[in-house]
Amino acid sequence: MRSRGWKIIAYCLLLFGAALSLLPFFWMVRSALMTSSEIFQFPPKMLPDHWLWGNFIEIFEVVEFGLYLKNTLFILIPVLIGTVLTSCMCGFGFARLQFPGKNIWFTLIIATMMLPPAVTLIPTFMLWTELGAINTYWPLVFPSFFGGGGFFIFLMRQFFMSIPRELDEAALIDGANYVQIFVFVLLPLVKPALLVVAFFTFTNVWNDFFGPLIYLNDESLFTLALGLLQLQGTYTSDWNLIMAAATVMTLPAILVFFLGQKYFVEGVTLTGIKG
Amino acid sequence: MGARKKTTRFARKEHLAGYLFTLPAILGLLVWTIGPIVASLVLSFTDYQVIADTINWIGFDNYITIFTEDLYFKQALVVTLYFAFASTAATLVAALLIALLMNMKIKGQGLWRTLFYLPVLVPAVAANILWMWLFNPEFGLLNGILRFFGLPASMWIYDEASVIPSLILLSIWGCGGAALIFLAGLQEIPKDQLEAVELDGGNAWHQFRFVTIPTISPIIFFNLIMGLIGAFQTFNQAYIMTEGGPNNASLFYVYLIYREAFVHSNMGYASALAWILFLVVSLFTVLIFRWGKGWVFYGGGK
Repeated sequence: MRSRGWKIIAYCLLLFGAALSLLPFFWMVRSALMTSSEIFQFPPKMLPDHWLWGNFIEIFEVVEFGLYLKNTLFILIPVLIGTVLTSCMCGFGFARLQFPGKNIWFTLIIATMMLPPAVTLIPTFMLWTELGAINTYWPLVFPSFFGGGGFFIFLMRQFFMSIPRELDEAALIDGANYVQIFVFVLLPLVKPALLVVAFFTFTNVWNDFFGPLIYLNDESLFTLALGLLQLQGTYTSDWNLIMAAATVMTLPAILVFFLGQKYFVEGVTLTGIKG
Repeated sequence: MGARKKTTRFARKEHLAGYLFTLPAILGLLVWTIGPIVASLVLSFTDYQVIADTINWIGFDNYITIFTEDLYFKQALVVTLYFAFASTAATLVAALLIALLMNMKIKGQGLWRTLFYLPVLVPAVAANILWMWLFNPEFGLLNGILRFFGLPASMWIYDEASVIPSLILLSIWGCGGAALIFLAGLQEIPKDQLEAVELDGGNAWHQFRFVTIPTISPIIFFNLIMGLIGAFQTFNQAYIMTEGGPNNASLFYVYLIYREAFVHSNMGYASALAWILFLVVSLFTVLIFRWGKGWVFYGGGK
């Protein structure tokens, strides 16, 4: 009886919390469906009189949202390839192979996670300026071919560590080399981990606006995040359009989460618990 | 003898493979981290300005200026520390509370998990722009709610006193990631330990205090460290929502670095500012690790 009472309270609190968590989404979508005059009515209305689905089309007309989407994908795809490929390779190397200095390198790579990006930002920016790569996608894409950062390398290593060693030893005795072991024996077993890395990489690129902000000046190169900022800066009074654009940018992120929910949750919790 | 030679050949092959597989990460460390760190340290002792395009060694001048003349440095540091500690504390408490509730053998755990995780998925720009709209003093949702209950409205991010608390509210909204990590930790607590407390006549509070908290202390610690390090890097809110205002009340440290480097083009000076941030973050990390030794218990000694 006592525990049932507690449970009812728990459900009520959870419902209340979930409502608070969802309320901003509701406000975003209801604003996206209003006319610009409706949006500035006082007191604020909960629902629009007429649901203006056309706002979602208009944002592709007033700003080049389609182009921004294409640009974002143009960055996303090579970054995905680079990050997944190299983090996986490095994770395998650090988990399964012995070589002198391994622990020092690994510790240093992990330690970089604690380093504020602001420290490396300025020299890196100057390097890309020297190379004449400002206003190109190189600074946003190229670094992802270097293991994808300490976090992903650590994540992949943890996954590789959890696979029994006997597997590669048996393959070695059968005469396989390390590339064969990596590709044919272990890679199929770490598929879930690859998905975790891919999902996190997607969200990182999709969300990132600092990189594009620093490196891209030309509007024709803008990503969705910059495009949304641009829209917010130019059409300051058209909050209905701004909210429609924010909705459009949020939907793919949520969709991808639903598709890979299992892996997302696994990735989030794994890093926390074994960290 | 022959056998020994064979093993070393095998070993050498393995060493080579090891280096080749980890080469991207090692190169990445050298090119994108260690190189820039050294360059940034050197730059911080120069007066490099993009526009003037001259570079002179000026010793500690940048650092001296920062500590004696800079009008914004102290403000940025205070704002950042205030936000970092308050928002991390608030987020951890909210996340732990949500995780505890979800752990009460509740139906539809997957659904609850998703509901609380959704805010984390909203891209930073979209989330910040959305919240600007929610914070809008006249037409925003938040003041709409306050007025509905007959409460006084707030200026939210548009007032010096309420801007940081407003941004803390926004970070609590995004606590789903930490909650997920807590939940996973709570699910690993052995049932017999909780029952043992009950047999000894303990109540729910005793279970929480003497079993739950010590068992998940490494996770609390992990979330605390990650939360603080993340909060020290706060930039988006200042850039998108407040531009450091009103009256520098949300002048986050990284925003100040950005402004010096990319708006005023003072690369040398900005590098010195970045190095001070590096030292401050390291100092707090070390202090928290020391403090953690007193209350973080690693079970099983893994």
